[in-house]
Amino acid sequence: MKKKLTVLMLVLVMIVASLGTLAAFTGCTDTESEFKVGAIYINSKSDTSGYTYAHHNGIVKAMEQLGLDVAQLKIVDNVPEDYTKVTNAIDTLAGQGCNIIIGISFGYIDAMADAAKKPEYSDIIFSHATGFRSSLDELGEDEDPYTAAFNNYFGRIYQARYLSGIAAGLKATQGAKIGYVSAYGTQYAETCSGINAFALGVQSVNPTAQIIVSELGTWGDETKERQAANELISLGCEVIAQHCDSAQPQMAAEEAGVYGCGYNSDMTAAAPNAHLTAPIWNWDVYYKLAIGTAMNEPENYMEKVGIYYGGLKEGFVDISPLSKNCTEGTADKIAQVKELIINGEWDVFTDVKLSFDAEGKVVLTDSPLLKADGTPAGKVDDGVIKGSMNYFVKGVVVNE
Amino acid sequence: MSIVDALASFLYAVIAYNIALLYGTVGEILNEKSGSLNLGVEGIMAMGGMGGYLIGCATDSMFMGLLGAFLVGGIFGLIFSFLTVTLQANQNVIGLTITTFGIALYFFIGRGLGDKFPAFADSPSFKAAFQPVDMGFLSDIPIIGKALFSQSPLVYLAIAIAIIAGVYLKRTKAGLRTRAVGENPAAADSAGINITAVKYTNIICGTGIMGIGGLYLGLYMGGSFEGSATWTNGMGWIAIALVIFANWKPIAAILGTFVFGLFFTLDTQKLVLVDAMPFLSFLTKIPTQLYSALPFIITAIVLIVTSISKRKNNNEPTAIGLNYFREER
Repeated sequence: MKKKLTVLMLVLVMIVASLGTLAAFTGCTDTESEFKVGAIYINSKSDTSGYTYAHHNGIVKAMEQLGLDVAQLKIVDNVPEDYTKVTNAIDTLAGQGCNIIIGISFGYIDAMADAAKKPEYSDIIFSHATGFRSSLDELGEDEDPYTAAFNNYFGRIYQARYLSGIAAGLKATQGAKIGYVSAYGTQYAETCSGINAFALGVQSVNPTAQIIVSELGTWGDETKERQAANELISLGCEVIAQHCDSAQPQMAAEEAGVYGCGYNSDMTAAAPNAHLTAPIWNWDVYYKLAIGTAMNEPENYMEKVGIYYGGLKEGFVDISPLSKNCTEGTADKIAQVKELIINGEWDVFTDVKLSFDAEGKVVLTDSPLLKADGTPAGKVDDGVIKGSMNYFVKGVVVNE
Repeated sequence: MSIVDALASFLYAVIAYNIALLYGTVGEILNEKSGSLNLGVEGIMAMGGMGGYLIGCATDSMFMGLLGAFLVGGIFGLIFSFLTVTLQANQNVIGLTITTFGIALYFFIGRGLGDKFPAFADSPSFKAAFQPVDMGFLSDIPIIGKALFSQSPLVYLAIAIAIIAGVYLKRTKAGLRTRAVGENPAAADSAGINITAVKYTNIICGTGIMGIGGLYLGLYMGGSFEGSATWTNGMGWIAIALVIFANWKPIAAILGTFVFGLFFTLDTQKLVLVDAMPFLSFLTKIPTQLYSALPFIITAIVLIVTSISKRKNNNEPTAIGLNYFREER
């Protein structure tokens, strides 16, 4: 009797289990038709500030605007810049049926480029932040870029840095020292062009100001970020700008009673009496374009999105709202320069410097762009700004 | 900038940036003197800092913050003691485990709190108690005034703890027992010393002191949880090396902290020094990466030199790292 009961129970269990599996399968086919976004993060998706946080926020915001559910976002986070680990993350996301895979860190570049070329991933679009490789450059003429869609994207953050430089230059006394805490100096075009643009922005309103750069030699060391700011403050810097993630330099400026320009997010809350404005990224602008195109017209993705280098015009970069600490007239001067850039009449590295006349109207001067050693820099094209700029402009104090 | 100002700025930074090393080192000396090599310093400091900061902010009191940091550090010490003294587990493995656990818990709590993470500015009396003191004319002495007489009260607390620990180990009966346990637990046991009690007490007190060091770093960073590195940021590891450099003497550790600090602070004060003293301009020609490696290079050199030179009065506890099991005598 007992045996029969056991058998009966077993059969029942098996029926229920198979029904469950069936239900799971039907559920699976339902979701498979849905558009899915995959993302590979360098840090945790639950970060509350910093680089990964900014990207995650941008992707979520863009998806909401496109009417996608957050559940359609698949994430592999805490992925180091390691070829095998990135490849594994891509395989995971592809296995979950993602239509577009976004990688946010520079070192993902080779793993993503190789994955895009795999035939089994020909219907997946790969999008890589801050990189320089894409399927447009790497495929033969007879190959269709769409079958191996791989693009990169970055922004003209230097334009926003120029604007923050105006705020800093106006706040400091004429000819003052202005500090800049930077992860790196001339080794990376990204940091180098940022420092130069900031310096040129300062000089448009404060021509004799000196920009002193303290290099950290690392992208993430909050202790050092604070200490470098303290160093610059000891040197007598009146404004502390930064190219590093944390708000530590702004907090140091607040404690010392000087001013500062943050980065990546509005740091006014961390330094209410010091912060002026911060160059910021609106990652959602790009993600909306990329995810929207991937969803609606994937065949035109490489043509429409391609190698993306947006700036103030696209709203991809901007500055955070000017705080109460800014000098009067800052908003007006910044607005004028912003308009010039957005209209395409002028850009930071076009070998034309800006100045303001007595009435505060912006004027284009004929003084050329000079390197720190006094040689002319000339008109700098996008490739150099993005990839190979390795000199400081005049006005930046060189310590090497 | 004048040379006097530059040196004042540099020396101030040397102490303000590195005093947490002293907490970590003194705490580790108490651990090692009782025969336990505790490699958990980094994790214990991180969690002591986190716990102390949260408790200090919740109560808006420096006393509660310090007590919290000491207790949280002490809890980790209790875990370490229970595992290594009572259960006889391998000290190195447990120490490393505690470091991993402490750092992970630090991030777990910080990220878990997210936007609710308390801001230092919202706890005015806690914050005020951390601010540098002004000792009048003493603080105005050129070069050394700011460095020695215008620091946060926690800097003086660290020095006081180091002196007390030095006197305790050298001059008190309890200290003598501690040293006996670290040198030869079997002999100490036959002399009637309660080995377990001595080890537990010293380990818990030592880790509590480490916890306060973590709190100092947290407050120094303005209580801002950043998410890419802990407030401790490697300092716990250097403290372990500093113990050897200081020859297991808490008072020598004060000097050791300043010597190590001189090198560690060069990186972020070199522009100040070069500005006042142009002949030092070679400092800015050294790649930043070398500066980042400097603490660890110096640590390695110290370890090599101390292991080669057989000092006459080497204070290293003989039984360090060895678990004592009475039945194996």
